[in-house]
Amino acid sequence: MTQLWDFSGGIHPAENKHISTARPITRAGIPELLVLPLQQHIGDPAEACVEVGERVLKGQKIADVTGGMGVPVHAPTSGTIESVSLQPVPHPSGMSDWCITLRPDGKDEWTTLSPVANFRELEREAVLDLIREAGISGMGGAGFPTSIKLRPPKDRKVNTLILNGAECEPYITADDMSMREKADEILAGLRIMAWLLRPERCVIAVEDNKPEAIAALRKAAEGTQTEIAVIPTKYPSGGEKQLIQILTGMEVPSGGIPADIGVMCQNVGTAIAVGRAVFNGEPLISRVTTVTGQAVADPGNFEVLIGTPIDYLLAQARLDENALHRLVLGGPMMGYTLETPAVPVVKTSNCVIAATAAELPDPAPEQPCIRCGACAEACPMELLPQQLFWYSRAGELDKAEHLNLFDCIECGICSYVCPSSIPLVQYYRAAKGEIRVQQAEQLKADRARERFEARQARLEREKQEKEQRRKERAKAAAEAQAKKQAEAEKAESQGQPADERAARAAQVQEALARKKAKAPQSAEADSKSRDETESQPAPDIEALEKQLSQATAKLNTMQSMLDDAKAENADNVEKLERAVTKNHDRVKRAEEALAEARRYAEATEAQTTDT
Amino acid sequence: MALAQQSSPHARNARSTSQVMLWVILAALPGLLAQTLFFGWGNLINVVWCIAVALAAEAAILKIRKRPVAFFLKDNTAAVTGLLLGLSLPQFAPWWVSAVAVIAAIVMAKQLYGGLGSNPFNPAMVGYALVLISFPVAMTTNWAQPGLLWETAPGFGETLSMIASSQQTVVDAYTMATPLDEYKHKIATHTAAEVLEHPTFGEGVARGWEWVNAAFLAGGLVLIGLRIITWHIPVSMLAGLVVMSLAFGSNADQYAPLSIHLLAGGTMLGAFFIATDPVSSASSHQGKLIYGAGIGVLVYLIRTWGAYPDAVAFSVLLMNFAVPFIDHYTPPRTYGHHKPRRGIPGKSQG
Repeated sequence: MTQLWDFSGGIHPAENKHISTARPITRAGIPELLVLPLQQHIGDPAEACVEVGERVLKGQKIADVTGGMGVPVHAPTSGTIESVSLQPVPHPSGMSDWCITLRPDGKDEWTTLSPVANFRELEREAVLDLIREAGISGMGGAGFPTSIKLRPPKDRKVNTLILNGAECEPYITADDMSMREKADEILAGLRIMAWLLRPERCVIAVEDNKPEAIAALRKAAEGTQTEIAVIPTKYPSGGEKQLIQILTGMEVPSGGIPADIGVMCQNVGTAIAVGRAVFNGEPLISRVTTVTGQAVADPGNFEVLIGTPIDYLLAQARLDENALHRLVLGGPMMGYTLETPAVPVVKTSNCVIAATAAELPDPAPEQPCIRCGACAEACPMELLPQQLFWYSRAGELDKAEHLNLFDCIECGICSYVCPSSIPLVQYYRAAKGEIRVQQAEQLKADRARERFEARQARLEREKQEKEQRRKERAKAAAEAQAKKQAEAEKAESQGQPADERAARAAQVQEALARKKAKAPQSAEADSKSRDETESQPAPDIEALEKQLSQATAKLNTMQSMLDDAKAENADNVEKLERAVTKNHDRVKRAEEALAEARRYAEATEAQTTDT
Repeated sequence: MALAQQSSPHARNARSTSQVMLWVILAALPGLLAQTLFFGWGNLINVVWCIAVALAAEAAILKIRKRPVAFFLKDNTAAVTGLLLGLSLPQFAPWWVSAVAVIAAIVMAKQLYGGLGSNPFNPAMVGYALVLISFPVAMTTNWAQPGLLWETAPGFGETLSMIASSQQTVVDAYTMATPLDEYKHKIATHTAAEVLEHPTFGEGVARGWEWVNAAFLAGGLVLIGLRIITWHIPVSMLAGLVVMSLAFGSNADQYAPLSIHLLAGGTMLGAFFIATDPVSSASSHQGKLIYGAGIGVLVYLIRTWGAYPDAVAFSVLLMNFAVPFIDHYTPPRTYGHHKPRRGIPGKSQG
């Protein structure tokens, strides 16, 4: 007898499972159209790899994942690709998503399959590839890609492999019927998973309200090491965290994964799919789905092709449209209502409840919370639902997070037990969504700020570099001038050839001519400066040179400021333009003054040399 | 085909607040029956009167607050407040004392704080404490002397006329000090044996009172069995009282013995019906244990060294003050966490 632990809280809602266990699993057949969403599970969507109008065979890959977390999609039967378009998909929001529409040709013609008889001869990676290529994602809950889950982090050894056949939600019997009828296939799939993970312990957990399934599994597991753990019926024993606690007494750390404590859970339906993928080479193209509720006359479990519209399925179960009040995909505790039955069955669709108004009545109006604590008593995660409710409703999200809002598994128990019929889970979902939005916005804002700051820093750097270059240029120019001067003086002292002096005199003449041509407006200033120069017997060439280089530097600064201002479209452009013009003139004047002075100097020199 | 759009869960438990409150009322009936059998018609008349005033006050204030009157009256919480006051007030408390208590409870303690679910204090006990302080004479001299309904108790009409009187006190012949009161005031000058000779104590622990307490205990156990209340508050409150009594009151010539503490006052009514008011009590299991124990300890302290013979109302109100603090420091450890996140959100180490 397996040792079992209990988890805190939990409820015993009306099971209503007998409704759909009266008859064996039947094939739902091939509908007129199959709609295959490219995204059927958490992770990344697949990309269509077939053309519209193309004929595909049963089991042929029609959409593949190029990267990231996803699995391919296969044609559930042979037929023609009719479209790749936006279609309503099963989603709580009632949204549309990209789907491949396949019109079956009725021939149900298989593509070539490559079964593996002895998987142990293959590399583990090759087997994982087979599982991925078969398009298998978890068939119990969120639909995590199975091949990724079966490849836990390197530093995490899986000691306990759990096959989850608890199926604790009321109404659903897909796993129950699968275990009754396909126990051997489950064990086969389990063998593959166990070979991949090498756990010390393999457990198949079933709630004690499924005696037939337990008997079938026990028979199939005879002579193997696999434990069949019969656990007490209590919702949500099939929740991954609760099941791990029941079977191992350990808790999955908050924010962690079961592999952190050496445990992995897989759904029994997933085990069947893995077995088929390896032993038969068959991809995941169908699943067992429960169709139940009092609005269908012939409830039961169906082997359904993925992509089968739910209205087709409901017709098979003989739906009474007038009695139908609420259509739930999934269980009555965690499932969501569909706006229309014209959405397809996907890899994660385990149950469709066509409920009458009496069966799942509309909730009573919300009353004030009386802090009765029934929610806290029943919460399997030991949260404080009423405090979470106040904080969520008041928008005090930091406080809700403090009280571990994100540990909520949304099992629905708190809402179920609430005597004031407060839709608690809905408040938590909204709060979680709000927090996620805030976090995303915060991230966005942070990135924007970082980008802005980086740009500011770059502009500043560029400006400084420009400034630096300018200074260097100015310095170089000054040095060059000084050098020239020094050379000139040297040459003079050494007695330079007359032609060079003549050339220099010509340059001075040229400069004079330029000045006269270009700046008649500054004639007055020029003449003044000339007068000054002339009045001085020995003009200070060095000082003039300094003046010139300063003026040039200033002009350059002004020019760059003007350029910047123009680039930024600032309103001081005009002012800067005026300043630049002014500085231009100043530089010119300085140049002229210098040239004049040089000429004068040369003239005097010439005189002295002549004499 | 218009399909209903609802968020999960789609299945709901049937028990509503209204039903929970109805169960509380039903569970209190054995106690009321015992009160009537041993102390006459007074409590029954008080209960009916208090419930009527409670419903009227609730309806009036809901109307003023522009809230749906029928919707809230149906939740039965006002009726429970009225019931609890009717069960706790002295049998011959004049009608206007009861009315003041009920109106204070419903209007001040409940509706002015925002109505159902928003009141930090137990409304019934606010009303009780208010009249206890305001009308001390009426609240201490109007306790019926124990006597079987069909023997010594005054008739229904007589009781009704006494309650309907505008006087604070009624005929002495029908009243008697409560056992707690008697013991407290006599033990300073008498031995325990002498004190217990007083007819209020009778043959057992305290005549009539023992049956009333036993009946409330039985009703309380039913509530626990129905999971309407948890065991934590009653058990810890009684435990607090027992521990204090054993620690300090072992000498019966000095302090009232444990049996009188448990069975002679409002102990069982307080432990199972008053302290367990969900709105104003602590929420986690650990918090409930602290809250209940605090009430038990305070009941003993006030009864023994305070000015009042009984102390359930004051103890409950004092612990109501402590509830937010207790709640912040006693959250349960969430699955997957090493320890609970104590303290005020945002001010402690995550």
